[in-house]
Amino acid sequence: MSAGRDAIMGGLRRALKRGAKVADAAAQEAVDQRLSDIQRGLIPARAQIPPRAQVDLFESMAVEQAATVVRIASLDEVPAALADFLKGNNLAPKLRLAPSPELENLPWDGQPLLEVETGRAQDSDQVSLTGAVAGIAETGTLLLASGPEAPTTLNFLPENHVVVLKASQVVGAYEDGWDRLRESHGPGQLPRVVNFITGPSRTADIEQTIQLGAHGPRRLHVLLVEDTDPENGR
Amino acid sequence: MEPSPRAFKANAREAVQDPQLKRALAHVKVGFIGKRAKAVARLPEFDALRDAARDIKVHTLDHLDLYLERYEERVIAQGGQVHWCPSADDARAAVLDICRRVGAKTVTKGKSMISEEIDLNQHLEANGITPVETDLGEYIIQLRHERPSHIIAPAVHLTKDLIEADFRAHHSHLPPERSLEEPRELVEEARGILRERFLAADVGITGANFLVAETGSSIIVTNEGNGDLTQTLPKVHIVIASLEKVVPTLEDATTILRVLARSATGQEFSTYTTVSTGPKRPEDLDGPEEYHVILLDNGRSEMLAGPFREALHCIRCGACMNHCPVYHAIGGHAYGWVYPGPIGAVLTPALVGVEEAGDLPNASTFCGRCEAVCPVRIPLPKMMRHWREREFERHLTPRAVRAGLRLWAFLASRPALYHWLTGWAARLLALLAGRKGRLRSLPLAGGWTRVRDLPAPQGRTFHALWAERQRRAGK
Repeated sequence: MSAGRDAIMGGLRRALKRGAKVADAAAQEAVDQRLSDIQRGLIPARAQIPPRAQVDLFESMAVEQAATVVRIASLDEVPAALADFLKGNNLAPKLRLAPSPELENLPWDGQPLLEVETGRAQDSDQVSLTGAVAGIAETGTLLLASGPEAPTTLNFLPENHVVVLKASQVVGAYEDGWDRLRESHGPGQLPRVVNFITGPSRTADIEQTIQLGAHGPRRLHVLLVEDTDPENGR
Repeated sequence: MEPSPRAFKANAREAVQDPQLKRALAHVKVGFIGKRAKAVARLPEFDALRDAARDIKVHTLDHLDLYLERYEERVIAQGGQVHWCPSADDARAAVLDICRRVGAKTVTKGKSMISEEIDLNQHLEANGITPVETDLGEYIIQLRHERPSHIIAPAVHLTKDLIEADFRAHHSHLPPERSLEEPRELVEEARGILRERFLAADVGITGANFLVAETGSSIIVTNEGNGDLTQTLPKVHIVIASLEKVVPTLEDATTILRVLARSATGQEFSTYTTVSTGPKRPEDLDGPEEYHVILLDNGRSEMLAGPFREALHCIRCGACMNHCPVYHAIGGHAYGWVYPGPIGAVLTPALVGVEEAGDLPNASTFCGRCEAVCPVRIPLPKMMRHWREREFERHLTPRAVRAGLRLWAFLASRPALYHWLTGWAARLLALLAGRKGRLRSLPLAGGWTRVRDLPAPQGRTFHALWAERQRRAGK
């Protein structure tokens, strides 16, 4: 190992008075335990509510953070809802779509004027459409994960980011999002990038006044698909 | 940055007389404090979360060597590299090595206080590599060849008019008649210019708010999205972080995240919280091909052993400076190094030496607001007091102050004499002040009366009043 590593580790061990066999073993055990038996911390009561209420909280918190949310009845309505968004904001009928089969197989041919390309984002793209892993009710935050079907550039380069989120993907707390990722990727494993996104890009660096669209998207639009039973949210 | 905390007194004197700075700092007092208070009021669990956040830091620091080992293992398993750097020199050299190996010409940068601590931009420039700051506030101060005056709002000392003038001077290829009246127009212009830089950069450098031992991930928190473009577009991503940034698990990072944005900007959550783990995977369509972590010590392992360990809890939210009456009056530059405000007054002596930075822990009224708002409950006033004691022990305190303290100690350990003397002093001062009750000048108190009147004591001393109260209660 490198000299730098030895120097730093030596300093840390001296500072922590390592070298006593029993105490060292206990410290190692505490660390192993914490990393293998992962415990949640304190979860705010706000996040611990029934599924239906989580969807409503997600929407109101996201809107508070300057995102826009439109509810649609099924995934098949996504192309039309996207076209409405473009028209409503005077945007050209062009879309960069995440290369995910679920999104690619939607009825795009119902929007003949819309030019749809898939792949990672290019600088000239004005609008992207992606899926999400989860919506976190606590703060109206979207959880997105990178992968071959979800290039990260789609979340940041275009000025308009449209996200398809199913009501069944809405969870209460960030920790519920981690659990979903552990289920899909295995313990201790994460996709290369996990993005928590709460509203569109902003800055307050000039006299503390908030301006949207600093470097990332100016608009964040959520198409919330009501795929759950409206009675109990399952 | 060449530390100049020795100049603190002169800097502070200049700062309080700067009307432009005063206007700019008014935004700190109003904006940050009110927004934080609102966010805290909305979350009943906030104080319990502060305890939980502190407990995570205590546990992690107690096992820092072991968590760093695990963290490194995980980074390597994901295809990344960790560069262990005991000093600022080592860190600068490690970054430059990577940049040279990949033939980098320009480097985009997300906001990083460690970069300021190790003077990275100067080092890159001196070696023919152009660093481009992409956080709007950092970009503005880079144009001005200045340093951040606040750890999360680097350009908070500037007013809009000054920024407009800088943009007109530096963006000379744009039409001079364009309007830059509105903050929105300034943001648009910076966005356009920096977008080109993002696309052209060879290496992207970001800081880290957390390193996660469980997964080998680094986490950044931003509002602009500049950090994400910085680390996604170039072929190499370098993370620079100090070693106390490590936390055990994603859950631990999450708990601290719940207090971070609320304490910093008063947001419920920052716009972008980004967790990065290793380089681009074979099947990915974008992302960097290399992922490096520069792990900096620079004096921190020594802090771990002594009375300043708790300063390593700091999550760099800026709440202590946002609530500090001294910071409100003088801003961040007067502190003379990277970290201003109460946390700077504790960290700077530890990292650059108390001989250099002895004035900083003395620039406090001990009003306690910093400790009251700290999301990880760092006892900042206690630590500043520790530094003052150390200065006294090491004879760094000026002779006149030492003599004064000795005289006071002599009196304070002789209560009868003390009461008699202070009683007379109070009466004498009241007499001198006359009907106005204020003194325009007083021998030995020139530091106070040069800029304001000294209110004279009124009535009897506290001890006298207390004694009377006790007598009455005894009846």
